[in-house]
Amino acid sequence: MKREARTAYLFASPWFVGFALFLAYPLGASLYYSFCDYSVLRPPVWIGFLNFRNLAGDEVFWTSLRNTAVYAAMAIPLGMLTALSLALLLNTRVRGMTVYRTIFFLPSLVPTIPLAVLWLWVFNGEHGILNFALEYAPAALILALPTLVGVVVAGTLLSRGRTVAGNVAVAAAVVIAAASAWLAFGPPDWMQRLHGVIRLPTPNWLSDTAWSKPALALMALWGAGNAMVIYLAGLQDVPTEMYEAAELDGAGWWARTRNVTVPFVSPVILFNGIMSIIGALQVFAEPYVMFPGGSPARSTYFYTMYLFDNAFIYHKMGYACAMGWIMFLIILCLTMLALRLSERHVHYQGG
Amino acid sequence: MADSSEHRRQQRQWLVHLTLVVLSGVFLFPLLWLVSTALKPIEETMRQPPTLIPSHIQWHNFRDAFVYGADKVGYIPFLIYGRNTLLLSVLSVSGVVVSNSIVAYAFARLRWPGRDLIFALTLATMMVPFPVLMVPIYGFWRALGWIGTFKPLWVPAWFGGAFNIFLLRQFFRTIPRELSEAARIDGCSEWGIFREIVLPLAKPALAVVALFHFMYTWKDFLGPLIYLMDQRTFTLSLGLQFYQSQHGGTQWHLLMAASAIVVAPVIVLFFFTQKQFIQGIAVTGIKG
Repeated sequence: MKREARTAYLFASPWFVGFALFLAYPLGASLYYSFCDYSVLRPPVWIGFLNFRNLAGDEVFWTSLRNTAVYAAMAIPLGMLTALSLALLLNTRVRGMTVYRTIFFLPSLVPTIPLAVLWLWVFNGEHGILNFALEYAPAALILALPTLVGVVVAGTLLSRGRTVAGNVAVAAAVVIAAASAWLAFGPPDWMQRLHGVIRLPTPNWLSDTAWSKPALALMALWGAGNAMVIYLAGLQDVPTEMYEAAELDGAGWWARTRNVTVPFVSPVILFNGIMSIIGALQVFAEPYVMFPGGSPARSTYFYTMYLFDNAFIYHKMGYACAMGWIMFLIILCLTMLALRLSERHVHYQGG
Repeated sequence: MADSSEHRRQQRQWLVHLTLVVLSGVFLFPLLWLVSTALKPIEETMRQPPTLIPSHIQWHNFRDAFVYGADKVGYIPFLIYGRNTLLLSVLSVSGVVVSNSIVAYAFARLRWPGRDLIFALTLATMMVPFPVLMVPIYGFWRALGWIGTFKPLWVPAWFGGAFNIFLLRQFFRTIPRELSEAARIDGCSEWGIFREIVLPLAKPALAVVALFHFMYTWKDFLGPLIYLMDQRTFTLSLGLQFYQSQHGGTQWHLLMAASAIVVAPVIVLFFFTQKQFIQGIAVTGIKG
């Protein structure tokens, strides 16, 4: 028994060192620095609560906090809704599920910096493909509607033949061919005239203060595939008997989703929610690349960006540490709150 | 009765497929657009209406993105960035796999006083955000004179991390205890049991840990931004950002070609390891 303990300490020793060096020490040191005037170049000088008092009066600090909160309030619910909806769609025992799953998951693999660079191009005010799409979307929809209706009717009729996969392939080919032709040859003349009638906003995503945060939230949606995979795995754990029982009781798709599926995966939803909040507070690389200095007009200057600038641009390391600790406390409070809320709304199996 | 409900199900399936096909198009489009722009001549990137299929495919964009010459900034050494990133990945992925498997073994298979308390503490540390720790850790590397080197980026990997310890511990616990008990009776040392019995059985979990950490190293930006100073030591992420800030808004075809080069290895790796990947994400998300 004693020998086992000795061996165990030996096995665990790398983590004891890692824990001490890269967690315990920096956490304590940063708490200490947050009460100091510290610039790395000179030893820290104790100044009491001055950093915190300065932060309270620091307009930029409040702006960065507000920006982060607004961004999180946009990106997190949208992202969770998208991920959950995709997972629910894929969970309908649909054929080719793994192919769709791969397609939706793929974008979440794109590393942060190429992702930001790609979306800079998509959002580009003059030549961006997104604004082009928005400009012609209403007209295109009018054109596509008869086709879409045709595809649905044909599909419904054909599906009696029970070769769903084949029909899907045909439909997919039609849609992709139409889309490519559309993009390859551009909009026809009459559509140019029509699109003056119905308009969608085509803002300057990167230089309009009202649209810069929505742009980042939209971009984050593209990475919903990661959370979708997690939800999907949770959904597949829902016992089929529960669906069958609900179906026998005459519950429709929506009732089953609301009363069986969502309660069942609610712990997963909660976990994802907490992780998203923690992630949103630390948003850094994407805006750093896409909106230098939090442009336009500091509308994308987020909490971690200001912290980073304080630490490594202004060399106000103590100030940065104070911001870090405030962030940590916010995360702690939000996590507690989420756990408290979940006691009422989350159903743990067998609990 | 059963027949008509089956028929209804098929009808609904059609609508589901239709929705999924349209959504797939939306999700794939930005990637297609990346490839399309990467292959276009520069004039065509600005053309209205935009074209999805380039009028002529310009493969040399990729070469130009690697070796960009005539401009004032000069040569953008993507090959060097790639080599740096690969070197860092190898050093930190091996560190993560080795250290976390050893540590997780102590938490999963050995009994020692304070184990459960320390494990709980370890889990709690997952909530600590990096920006809180950033300044003291930076000061620490500075004191060692390691700023500007790769060491701050890979040395910590050799000391374990909460998330991977947790992941591997969960997996190690599923390996039947009888196997190690039998080996112990045969006089096998604890290290021997770990090496000969537990590790070979844990290969799938080790693969997931390695895969995820590779992805992390490949995309990490904040770390290299803080610690690397000299252009020749840049990673791909940092290099791409540098390239973008120098040429942003002018050379979109080259920028997309460079981005595609950074994205491609990740996508290729994913297609070879799809099963581990999807399972890994599912497990980490649910059991967390």
